[in-house]
Amino acid sequence: MGDLPPDPEPPPQLTSSLRNSQVSERRRSREHSRPQPTVPEEVQQIPLDAQQINRGWSQGASLTPNENFISQAEEAQRGGIEYPSLNTGFPSEVQPQTYLSEGRLQASHNASLILQQLQQGEGNLFQQLESAYQEPRADLLGQYTRYQREDLHFSQDTQHGPYLRDDPALQFSPSELGFMPFNMEVTEPEPRELAVQNAKAYLLQTSVNCNLSLYEHLVNLLTKILNQRPEDPLFLLESLNRTTQWEWFHPKLDTLRDDPEMQTTYEMAERQKALFGQSGGSEGEQEMEEEAAGTAVPNIMEKAFYLEQAGVGLSSDESFRIFMALKQLVGQQPIHTCRFWGKILGLSRSYLVAEVEFREGEEEVEETMEGGEVMEAHGEEESDEGDEGEEKATDVIPKPTWKPPPVVPKEESRNGANKYLYFVCNEPGQPWVRLPHVTPTQIVQARKIKKLFTGFLDAPVISYPPFPGNEANYLRAQIARISAATHISPLGFYQFSEEEGDEEEEGGAGRDSYEENPDFEGIPVLELVDSMANWVHHTQHILPQGRCTWVNPLQKTEEEELGEEEEKADEGIDEAGQEVGPPLLTPVSEDAEIMHMSPWTARLSCSLSPQYSVAVVRSNLWPGAYAYASGKKFENIYIGWGHKYSPENFNPSLPAPVQQEYPSSPEIVEMSDPTVEEEQALAAAEEEEEEEEEEEEEEDEGQDD
Amino acid sequence: MDEESLLLSLELASGSGQGLSPDRRASLLTSLMLVKRDYRFDRVLFWGRILGLVADYYIAQGLSEDQLAPRKTLYRWRRRPGWLRPQDDTEEPGASEGQEGVGASLNCMEWSLLPPATEEMEMQTSVVKGRFMGDPSHAYEHTELQKVNEGEKVFEEEVVVQIKEETRLVSIIDQIDKAVAVIPRGALFKTPFGPIRVNRTFEGLSSSEAKKLSSYFHFREPVELKNKTLLEKADLDPSLDFMDSLEHDIPKGSWSIQMERGNTLVVLRSLLWPGLTFYHAPRTKNYGYIYVGTGEKNIDLPFML
Repeated sequence: MGDLPPDPEPPPQLTSSLRNSQVSERRRSREHSRPQPTVPEEVQQIPLDAQQINRGWSQGASLTPNENFISQAEEAQRGGIEYPSLNTGFPSEVQPQTYLSEGRLQASHNASLILQQLQQGEGNLFQQLESAYQEPRADLLGQYTRYQREDLHFSQDTQHGPYLRDDPALQFSPSELGFMPFNMEVTEPEPRELAVQNAKAYLLQTSVNCNLSLYEHLVNLLTKILNQRPEDPLFLLESLNRTTQWEWFHPKLDTLRDDPEMQTTYEMAERQKALFGQSGGSEGEQEMEEEAAGTAVPNIMEKAFYLEQAGVGLSSDESFRIFMALKQLVGQQPIHTCRFWGKILGLSRSYLVAEVEFREGEEEVEETMEGGEVMEAHGEEESDEGDEGEEKATDVIPKPTWKPPPVVPKEESRNGANKYLYFVCNEPGQPWVRLPHVTPTQIVQARKIKKLFTGFLDAPVISYPPFPGNEANYLRAQIARISAATHISPLGFYQFSEEEGDEEEEGGAGRDSYEENPDFEGIPVLELVDSMANWVHHTQHILPQGRCTWVNPLQKTEEEELGEEEEKADEGIDEAGQEVGPPLLTPVSEDAEIMHMSPWTARLSCSLSPQYSVAVVRSNLWPGAYAYASGKKFENIYIGWGHKYSPENFNPSLPAPVQQEYPSSPEIVEMSDPTVEEEQALAAAEEEEEEEEEEEEEEDEGQDD
Repeated sequence: MDEESLLLSLELASGSGQGLSPDRRASLLTSLMLVKRDYRFDRVLFWGRILGLVADYYIAQGLSEDQLAPRKTLYRWRRRPGWLRPQDDTEEPGASEGQEGVGASLNCMEWSLLPPATEEMEMQTSVVKGRFMGDPSHAYEHTELQKVNEGEKVFEEEVVVQIKEETRLVSIIDQIDKAVAVIPRGALFKTPFGPIRVNRTFEGLSSSEAKKLSSYFHFREPVELKNKTLLEKADLDPSLDFMDSLEHDIPKGSWSIQMERGNTLVVLRSLLWPGLTFYHAPRTKNYGYIYVGTGEKNIDLPFML
């Protein structure tokens, strides 16, 4: 650390030199000066690159911009200076303080002094203070205290003088103090100086988004570089730049408060953590045995592995979470068998669907509730008719002869479309919700509409024709359709159970139960891929009526007020309308084509190693339905939006034709209203009649007399 | 999705159900690396997979330094042995370079360059409907009525126009890119001289920003920017907001935005082109999009919303 030369020059000159140095600073900063790994002690030896500088003083003035910034920063750090923000909106010096509190380097006195000078120089920008007290003082203490002066109170315009803190620590000799103001001169800014000021003002400008100015940022950056002294600073400049920015904008998390944004994420994580929790410790062993014996939970991971070979399916950790969630479901409900059916994507949330079968004898409470509602509907109808009968008074309101078409009864549980129960949840870890059984009307209506799922089970389905139910029902109907259409298995895996007299009794309905074939040997993968005849449907086809087994809807009308004649007439109709579908276990090759396109596409999962591959079949009718088979294993899955593929555009049903109000019969003929003239003529005619009658009466009376 | 982070991207995008099998993944990693070297791309994106009836197309795109410059699209396709084609088995040599034929060598490493899309192609292919066959040389036939001048008579004749599947592929990929390729705000920035660069300081969107559609942009030249009012433009940052955001897409609601994986991943799915999935893990640099689907637009969308 060299000695600080005394201040020989008169203030104005010094000021100008300082200004010049500031010019150079600006130039340097603009050019993104290389941070020079100099020791602060050597600051005096470092010449300025910009040789245009008119050195007002000797080494003391040999500033590098780096040093300026560094020292400024270090000052702040050391003195814990509270740089007041300049009222002109330049926050500058307040900020680096917090940032630089980590700095470690001890700046030299010179550096501090120089910094001081710089500060004062900044002040100069605003107020033309020549006597910028930059005088390098030999007095160490003075230097220290100097920058405790808050020179940057200079928030006023140029005309006011420097505001010195009335700090007893300040050791300005009265003579000096008096010296400075005396030498203050307010001169007209030279063009160069003006340029400097403009440049600096520009650099100190802050953007709208943040409080940081370029000046600030460069200060931070260079301070950091000088603090850390990396090996190859130029190379690292960009990354350092980025890190500095990042640090500025990402304050460290408060240890006491949680980040509000991550709240929901943490909640979900907690819930999923519960999935992984083991059940009570004391029962651990017993449960292990039970589980080992035979669980209802399928081996999801194995299936996920095969599906992954096929290029389908969710990621493995997601599959595992689903596995855990299914395990939870099995623990909660009395489940006999359970299967992961698939995932249906929705607008805001998606559904994970599990197909379960309850144990024998476990009937659900919901059944009776639904039956109750149906009964109530009937009751209302009857009461309505009663009311109408009482209104006979003058006019007889014609009774509507329209009766709503009989409702096709829904299938019993464990039969047909309701063979399995479905549970859904939005994400693994969330509680499973049971879906209600599907009714044939729902299936029929679901065939006519095409709506996306929102993800909320109670959302209404607004469509035409109106769907009888909310999203839960619609979801269930789509699941039923997809299951019926795309659940296939290799030929021979399932066989019909051997019962006598089956074929004759069932007639057109076909068998509806099957069992696993214990002798199934597995079909070679290549054959499975080659011909679709090796795959069969193992779910019943849903008839146009909406059920799997046909039911005559009019048989239910025995409770209604129909006479025998009507019954007979209807029977004639329904015999013709009996619907038949393909029987169970029909080969897939018999599926109807879509516009000359096979409804199924089969692939080998990996053609590079056919001996180990899996046969994968993809449905073209329901995009998203996949089935794989390998050896004795097979599985179906659906991941998609839940809609059928139609090569034609979707045509919504047209609104129903305008209804006839009443049949035209001789009694009821529509006539046009009488016109005004006719009414008047009629009125006139009536008046005449009355007059005639009166005259006659008068005559009569007259005659009587 | 970037081929550099292919594995992670596939994991994150798997929520839509479609992914790649391990053997495909392995072959893709290698072949994309070679593509990058051969074509001197700055970045190679695995665009996705178009499912055809007979075979699938794997599509990759290469980007140069300027991210919004027209991209080169490559595709890979191979026939599988043992799959009976409904058509005859004659091969067309030279139909596209690098095409793998039937045979013992199942090295599916070859990529073919697709020609850039033109408007004429789009007009031609707009009449073709239905699934992709999976064979680039397959020709769709379309009968048109064309006016034919014969001497002085003008009458209409039915002309059968053949449209190659390759053309259709090009135009569909282009349409999908223009319509639904997505990039988060801040991932690219515009230098003052014009070219668009990848923003290396992009640290991801925050969780609250990630749930808004306005933080995502279409990865294409802006179309609607100039229609914004001055007031709106004043709030934009010219270096970051130089593309159209997804907010004003028609029809409204054609994007489904969801949080998956316990809220750590935001997934955007397009309903207009079902099969396009965009994923982004907030607060991280991971983002990307992939299209796995049949290559058909969902025209019924207004009925479905």
